Amino acid sequence: MAPLDAASPSLDPAAFVRATGAEKRLDLAVQNARCAACIARIEDGVRKLPTIKSVRLNLSTGRLAVSFTGDDALAVSIIQTLDRLGYPAAPYTPDTGEDPRSKEEKRLVRALAVAGFASANVMLLSISVWAGEGEMDIATKTMMHWLSGLIALPAVAYSGWPFFESGWKSLKARAVNMDVPISLAVILACVLSIYETAMGHGAAYFDAAVMLLFFLLIGRFLDVRLRARAGQAARDLAALQATIAHRFEGDGSVKAVPATDIEPGDKLVVPTGERIPVDGRIVAGEGEVDASLVTGETQPLRVEPGAQAWSGMVNLGGPLTLTATAASQDSLLAEIARLVEAGEQSRSRYVRYADRAARAYVPAVFAMAGVTLVGWLAFGGTIHDSLMNAIAVLIITCPCAMALVVPAVQVVATGRLFKDGVLVKSGDALERLATADTVIFDKTGTLTEGRARLINADTLSPDALEAAAQLSRLSRHPLSRAVADTAGDGPVAADFQDVAGGGLMGRVDGRRVKFGSARWLNLPDTEDDAAQEAWLVIDDADPIRFVFADTLRSDATTAVTELADLGLEAELLSGDREAPVAAAAHALGIPHWQSELKPQDKIARIDALKDEGASPLMVGDGVNDAPALAAAHVSVSMGSAAEISRSAADLVIQGDKLTALARAIDVARKAKGRVMENFALANIYNLIAVPLAVFGLVTPLVAAICMSASSIVVMLNALRLTRA
Amino acid sequence: MTALLWLIPAALGLGALGLIAFFWSTKEGQYDDLEGAAERILIDDDGPIVDDEDEG
Repeated sequence: MAPLDAASPSLDPAAFVRATGAEKRLDLAVQNARCAACIARIEDGVRKLPTIKSVRLNLSTGRLAVSFTGDDALAVSIIQTLDRLGYPAAPYTPDTGEDPRSKEEKRLVRALAVAGFASANVMLLSISVWAGEGEMDIATKTMMHWLSGLIALPAVAYSGWPFFESGWKSLKARAVNMDVPISLAVILACVLSIYETAMGHGAAYFDAAVMLLFFLLIGRFLDVRLRARAGQAARDLAALQATIAHRFEGDGSVKAVPATDIEPGDKLVVPTGERIPVDGRIVAGEGEVDASLVTGETQPLRVEPGAQAWSGMVNLGGPLTLTATAASQDSLLAEIARLVEAGEQSRSRYVRYADRAARAYVPAVFAMAGVTLVGWLAFGGTIHDSLMNAIAVLIITCPCAMALVVPAVQVVATGRLFKDGVLVKSGDALERLATADTVIFDKTGTLTEGRARLINADTLSPDALEAAAQLSRLSRHPLSRAVADTAGDGPVAADFQDVAGGGLMGRVDGRRVKFGSARWLNLPDTEDDAAQEAWLVIDDADPIRFVFADTLRSDATTAVTELADLGLEAELLSGDREAPVAAAAHALGIPHWQSELKPQDKIARIDALKDEGASPLMVGDGVNDAPALAAAHVSVSMGSAAEISRSAADLVIQGDKLTALARAIDVARKAKGRVMENFALANIYNLIAVPLAVFGLVTPLVAAICMSASSIVVMLNALRLTRA
Repeated sequence: MTALLWLIPAALGLGALGLIAFFWSTKEGQYDDLEGAAERILIDDDGPIVDDEDEG
């Protein structure tokens, strides 16, 4: 078993059992399952337990669905069995509601399949027309074209809908996006082809229209799937970090339930060392809580009945009883949510590369088509020929490659980062990350581990440390755990007593030992309040001071150095007090730092940087960081961060590896380079294709070849990123 | 040329069949666990795979 730690109290899996009638279902996320033998071992192992009805492992997602009819407590033995087999598992609540993105994804897959079917069949007919050029009589040719139209028109109506819809929306908003010329080109190609076939001239662009849609849908599908995957991964992360709440039932018993099931008014008890699962008002019990995830401050906070407690605080004292309150009614979170929203609005002003390209591109294409029309008319072309050539310009310049440029690169880049444990929540997050030039760190939980560690173990006598450890091994208090972690496994004290809000006492080797706060032991307060401390008293000897502090993550220094090498200037903005912030900044060599900041102060600093023309990257984890994460040019949160911060951030680092930051920036910059190359390739294509169209040299065959060639070149160039 | 009269409908019909099969398979969740499906073929259902003595 993994050691328990303060951040994730052991979950009672029985809380995740969902019952429908006599049948109970449990969903687990299983680690290490990779092969056929794993499937067999896991499924057979669990099936041997009593009352199990079905077990099914999804190897691609690592999810195990179990249904059984026995007692809820069977959940514990299922997890124990998996653990024994070498597959640690965690319970989670699966999403029941369907994600709108995955719905859109399915719609696009169907559109893609239809477009693929249509382009293959239309191409079959077109190739016979091209091959029979000069031999095929006009009647057969016209029949072939009508058949093509019969396949192409319904397919265009069905598969083209995503583009028509988005183009129309943008026109209604008096803007022009890439979908406007796409829709126009497809519709014009169809209308022109129907006209030509009806007139019996014999030039139809049905193949070009469906093939264009097919390639564009590939790009659109990749884009949507990327966002759906990232969204799913983020929700999985949230589901796996679900906290358990201990709720008082009507009959006075206490039941463990997932925190998401708690409703306002429910009465809860929070045991020592556990995280407060939902916001609430304390009704009984008093003591200290660790609010570092909420405020960034490492010094514990005193709470008493009537005080407001926020989810994410860790109870350091005796058990607390609280009444859950609705999140929207309270002042702190409402204020944070308002600030986050304001930040997100300012960020939505960012214009993506693709839209920027469309802004430059669309007027140019229309102008070119206009010039062609007027030019041909001026030089004595017939109205029919002039119109034909103008439309050919629209069709051939149609941004087939352009629309693929960005999604193809972003999908490859995001896939690579996903393997490194970085979730990218939107495509434009990578674009913004590539341009970041300043990095702003939060301290607590981001650069530091966010929990106490014993820092003066070297100065303590082994005997004192062992005595404290024997008591600490029996307690869940974060400071006790820090002592137990330092001392390692060993024996425990006799006659153990845990005095709520005070400390621990017991008997070690026949001596009376007390370990706890200065107040409980009637010791004078020390002047240095920067550190957390606890005192050890053995019999009547002098008290021994244990000092604790939140230590830097092991990879913090490397991460800061790597970012500096990438040319990013670092700053430290913390809600913690001056002494620990200064110490952390000094240790990491960060010259600019500020302490005791409120969420508004962090935003003010970010806005000031933006006004100076910088593009700040914010890295944070606490509730107090959420507004700053939303306001920054681009933001990254830790996987263990508060939920609101994870949802406000653009990227989430799983496993809390800070070194992944430099990696993400590196990939983002490479991706930007690739996007620019692809734009250049698309422009070269246009330089060749547009003159052909303007001078009336484009036949349906030329159009088909040009468009597929340019799309394939762009795709291949994007794929190069997998190896770089 | 009369061959076209049945060749083209046959080509379209076969294509449409493929399209319908694809729609059916996505709807049925055939692509939900691609890796699992590939590995499950290797499981030998006849003998016991989990040996109680072998477990740590």
